[in-house]
Amino acid sequence: MQIELNGENREAPEGITVADLLEVLKLAGKPVAVEVNRELVIKARHAEHHLAPGDRVEVVSLVGGG
Amino acid sequence: MTTAANASDSLQIGSHIFQSRLIVGTGKYAGYESMREALDISGAECITVAVRRERLIDSAGRNILDFIDTARYTILPNTAGCFTAEDAIRVARLGREILSQLNNPGADWVKLEVLGDAKTLLPDPIATLAATEKLVADGFQVLVYTSDDPVTAKRLKQAGASSVMPAGSPIGSGQGVLNPNAIRICLEYLKEGDPAYPVIVDAGVGTASDVTVAMELGVDGVLLNTGIAHAKDPLKMARAMKLGVEAGRLAYLSGRIPKKLYATASSPTEGTIAGALPASAKNSTR
Repeated sequence: MQIELNGENREAPEGITVADLLEVLKLAGKPVAVEVNRELVIKARHAEHHLAPGDRVEVVSLVGGG
Repeated sequence: MTTAANASDSLQIGSHIFQSRLIVGTGKYAGYESMREALDISGAECITVAVRRERLIDSAGRNILDFIDTARYTILPNTAGCFTAEDAIRVARLGREILSQLNNPGADWVKLEVLGDAKTLLPDPIATLAATEKLVADGFQVLVYTSDDPVTAKRLKQAGASSVMPAGSPIGSGQGVLNPNAIRICLEYLKEGDPAYPVIVDAGVGTASDVTVAMELGVDGVLLNTGIAHAKDPLKMARAMKLGVEAGRLAYLSGRIPKKLYATASSPTEGTIAGALPASAKNSTR
């Protein structure tokens, strides 16, 4: 299925969870936060939140800023 | 080394208490190593960060958190780059989510920026107010970047902001405090009947004297980034900014002398061996 990840289209396995997506991205355990369709998905729910075709996913982290 | 101000003169913002009145940003450094060292030298206990999309192509790359001692610093995540209240709220929640994972005390607050214009980076006061209300309702302690407009400042405090942070001048401009009288009126409004309410000058300071001027006005702290990060020698400037904050705070607490038009001699006028004042040195007033 197609999802939109950080603004770019990407192929992902049907029904993949947020936790599995982070695993694929080698970001599991890293200090990141995830939003699906503009709603925060807290870490405790990553394993149970399944993505659907067309979902817009944002994976963010901290960077330098003022 | 003791801090210039006495130990009880701490800065309290919401539930957070700091001995240093300088808050520094982590952006724009030439490298993470110089950032880490500048943060250390600045004496800051609170540092700001931004929230951005993870670079998925280079996820093995270095992370800023590898260069920040999260047990030492309280991290203040910002909503920089947001132009709508809705986006700022999303970013605030994302930042909180990351800081919660880090067990950092900064997980309960946010530096709110809702910008109105990309060229000036001036805040959108209406969207800023709306976002403040929503974030306060969502349990955040909100530190709000705003212009030096006193009425807006008052409205933001009424909306529940933990600190109102007027800009001295546009972000990154290094122009210093352009309108001290506006800051004075902000202070008067915000501290009326509530002298401990924290007011921070956020943005625009370019050098140590700018920081000192801000502190001498009676603000509780200064937040800056570019002034240190883009100085030719960021490490020396970090120390200068630290000393500038301390000098300004002490001068404020000391109560400066009033400005007068004419001179007042520092040495005794009695007992001088000099002769009488020549007529040419006398003037109409004295």
